[in-house]
Amino acid sequence: MSNTGIGKRVKRKEDRRFLTGKGRYTDDINLPRQAFAHFVRSPHACAKINGIDASEALSQDGVLGVYTGADWVADQLGGLPCGWLVKSKNGADQVEPPHLPLAPEVARHVGDPVAVVIARTKELAKEAASMVEVDYDDMPASGTLAKAITPDAPQVWPDASGNVSFDWEVGDEAAQQAAFAEADRIVEIEVTNNRVIPNAMEPRAAVASYDPNADSYTLYTTSQNPHLIRLLLSAFVMQIPEHKLQVIAPDVGGGFGSKIYPYSEEVVCTWTSKKVGVPVKWTADRSEAFMSDAHGRGHITKAQMAVKNDGTMLAFRVETYADLGAYLSTFATATPTYLYAPLLCGIYKMKAVYANVKGIFTHTVPVDAYRGAGRPEATYLVERMVDKVAGELGIDRIELRRKNMIQKDEFPYQTPLIFQFDTGDFEACLDTALEAIDFAGFEARRAEAASRGMLRGIGVSTYVEACGLAPSAAAGALGARAGLYESAIIRVHPTGSVTVFTGTHSHGQGHETAFAQIVAEKLGMEVDNITVEHGDTEKISFGMGSYGSRSLAVGGSAISKATDKVIEKGRKIAAHLLEASADDIDFEGGEYKVKGTDKVLPFGAVAFTAYVPHNYPHEELEPGLEESAFYDPANFTFPGGCHITEVEIDPETGVVKVVDVAAADDIGTVINPMIVDGQVHGGLVQGIGQALYEEAVYDDDGQLKSGTYMNYTMPRAADFPMFKVGFHVTACTHNPLGSKGVGEVGSIGVPPSVINAVLDALKPTGVTDISMPATAQKVWRAIQEAKAAQAAE
Amino acid sequence: MEVTITVNGRTHTKSVEPRMLLVHFLREELGLTGTHIGCDSSHCGACTVLVDGTPLKSCTYLAVMANGRSVETVEGLKQGGKLHVIQEEFKEQHGLQCGYCTPGMMLVGKALLEENPNPTDDEVRFAISGNICRCTGYMNIVKSIQAAGKRMQAESADAAE
Repeated sequence: MSNTGIGKRVKRKEDRRFLTGKGRYTDDINLPRQAFAHFVRSPHACAKINGIDASEALSQDGVLGVYTGADWVADQLGGLPCGWLVKSKNGADQVEPPHLPLAPEVARHVGDPVAVVIARTKELAKEAASMVEVDYDDMPASGTLAKAITPDAPQVWPDASGNVSFDWEVGDEAAQQAAFAEADRIVEIEVTNNRVIPNAMEPRAAVASYDPNADSYTLYTTSQNPHLIRLLLSAFVMQIPEHKLQVIAPDVGGGFGSKIYPYSEEVVCTWTSKKVGVPVKWTADRSEAFMSDAHGRGHITKAQMAVKNDGTMLAFRVETYADLGAYLSTFATATPTYLYAPLLCGIYKMKAVYANVKGIFTHTVPVDAYRGAGRPEATYLVERMVDKVAGELGIDRIELRRKNMIQKDEFPYQTPLIFQFDTGDFEACLDTALEAIDFAGFEARRAEAASRGMLRGIGVSTYVEACGLAPSAAAGALGARAGLYESAIIRVHPTGSVTVFTGTHSHGQGHETAFAQIVAEKLGMEVDNITVEHGDTEKISFGMGSYGSRSLAVGGSAISKATDKVIEKGRKIAAHLLEASADDIDFEGGEYKVKGTDKVLPFGAVAFTAYVPHNYPHEELEPGLEESAFYDPANFTFPGGCHITEVEIDPETGVVKVVDVAAADDIGTVINPMIVDGQVHGGLVQGIGQALYEEAVYDDDGQLKSGTYMNYTMPRAADFPMFKVGFHVTACTHNPLGSKGVGEVGSIGVPPSVINAVLDALKPTGVTDISMPATAQKVWRAIQEAKAAQAAE
Repeated sequence: MEVTITVNGRTHTKSVEPRMLLVHFLREELGLTGTHIGCDSSHCGACTVLVDGTPLKSCTYLAVMANGRSVETVEGLKQGGKLHVIQEEFKEQHGLQCGYCTPGMMLVGKALLEENPNPTDDEVRFAISGNICRCTGYMNIVKSIQAAGKRMQAESADAAE
């Protein structure tokens, strides 16, 4: 029996170092004789580089070098690759321009690095960078998605006509059209999904060093997936063989997707560390982060839903433009296609769905996966549409959802778009959330608010998402250029304690505790006897890292499998020692036991024997007790649920206050309820942040207007009530833990519930549409415009 | 310029550039890397320390301004090998995830509790509204600070008996 096994609210093992200021983040790491990098970045959204004069910078005492894109080209090195190949409906490959770490000829977004200065001190590097003279020809730019899709918009790349990288489709268009022909009504909606900036609190950083004796590199970097960084740097960018490149992602201060991708800065630090002969360190300041971290979301969509007058949803047609930024980042093309469109059915039984997505280049920093990645965009569209259908048909929005949702006895459920959902109980989640927020009592609360002159509204959203990236074969068939399994090693030490090596990476999610709980449960020990190691390519043989809520469902499953192998080997050792057949040995509560007898052997004794094999089945077994596993999932996992938000709006100011939030999620088996609650809370705040506050604003010419915390509104503590978080769990049917994933559910499920609540509150004013973020100014203007329109009638 | 600054009870006299920020003094001169840098414009609060007991953002405060003053950082919370109550309650209530904002949050919480040992939800949320956390959704931070306040009150009541 383990007191700290699966399902227990175990306090986190990793906390102590963070609580005492002893966390070790990349910027905390200093190597002897290190120099500092400072990047010269384009102030223009699109500019031809005629020449770079670094002579003044180079003449400064303590400047070790200035390097440009031309130097990179001269070294015949590669570019930052895109990890997914999406094909257009005509069969053509996505347009995939080169992305060199330093732009050699044309800078394509504000913040695009064009040169780097390496100097003895951080201050000197920055000062010398200001002396580098870049001769630019400023050219017209497509600074926004809306502008980039207009007929005469400036072209980001000559090969991408109309700025289109791909024009992709999914779904049976003929079936969709046939269903539309049967419809009583076609409901239309246009939505934008606002572009946001991930803003992990730890800015990106890198420290790279080169050892000339071993001809090898070490790179400390703020990454969610150090092995992926090593793989991409080895295979594509710098051709450093993997055994000559150690990548370490130490403590990482949040990621949310933005630390998945290989970035220019870490590559350039690695490259220049050999050139200058000392370690090179770089740490972003926040303004650099705003203009160089990959952004998220950024869609413009038109959609139509075919319905019957009784509320039956028949089919859905979706046309989306997705902002890719100036270059294709790692998951840039997967996110608005395969991670988005297959979820456009939502939780509803529709005969046909057809989606067309055009990936569009803009003169902006690349856009890639951000917490939820495609699934929030799909959920937002579907759930806004469902409320619109309810309004047009005059059907209660809850009843409309109940009528169309997949029922719990209909799993496994094959959707019309690729995915087969294994389990779920959407109605139970809906009922749990309705009860938690006292939906039935809402009208009384609305009336009470009205008596104070306030507009109160409530909004509902359901969702289903796909995570646990992914079965490698399926992902490969859809264009992935990497496998998406996960690895684990369970090393049992001679005295019975255990070290777990995982290829996932923890940057706040608590793997050092939750993964130890899995092993504790299986081996019948306590988590204090188990250490989880991650984040170092020299310690862990391989791994794909953490994103897409995959760490537990895929990485945890690999740990479970490797632990099973340990138990099996131990069973044979125990059988030998207990003089019984292995088939007659049970393992339970940390002991091997001969069935039907009182002959037992604790796990620790078996581990000791494995390393001191005096009495040992040598002809059958090797000594030692260490097992590895690679787990490649059979399917995605499909968390789902219901989020409900209640807001109050002051019509005089337009300020939207979130007064209550209830979430009911089906995330599969819960390993640590405390950690899971925290994951949901964090996701909800990011989702509400997108709905009410956050937006990356570029002007048409590509200047980033929201480039600091003065004008990019981060959600803060006083913006929120206490959340009501509940679960209704159905276990995933195809992985050994039954877990589905929890990291992204909040940011996927909650945004449409916020906007539906805002529109519900604004109903008396005549406002029928509002876009994210529903800022006070936007809400106030919408109220004034509705008033003016009513007065004009 | 020569400055004398007491940090976590130890007095340091150092020669620093006039432009050196307090956060760089702590991180680079003293090696106290528990104080983090999340912006550089005093908006995020990752660099919060206590100067003479008052929370202050050390990324926009010069080291020379701290001359003659007493600074407390996250490294000073633990006393005699024992975690401070606020540290224990951040762990108990799961008030941290990635840990980056945590030092600043705990120091603001400690300063709040010294003025107001039994703060309401709104009072805690207002007090920490200068500190951004991107992971926790704030809810468990609020609970951590309140739980620490309750324990500190109980412990001082016990001590008074």
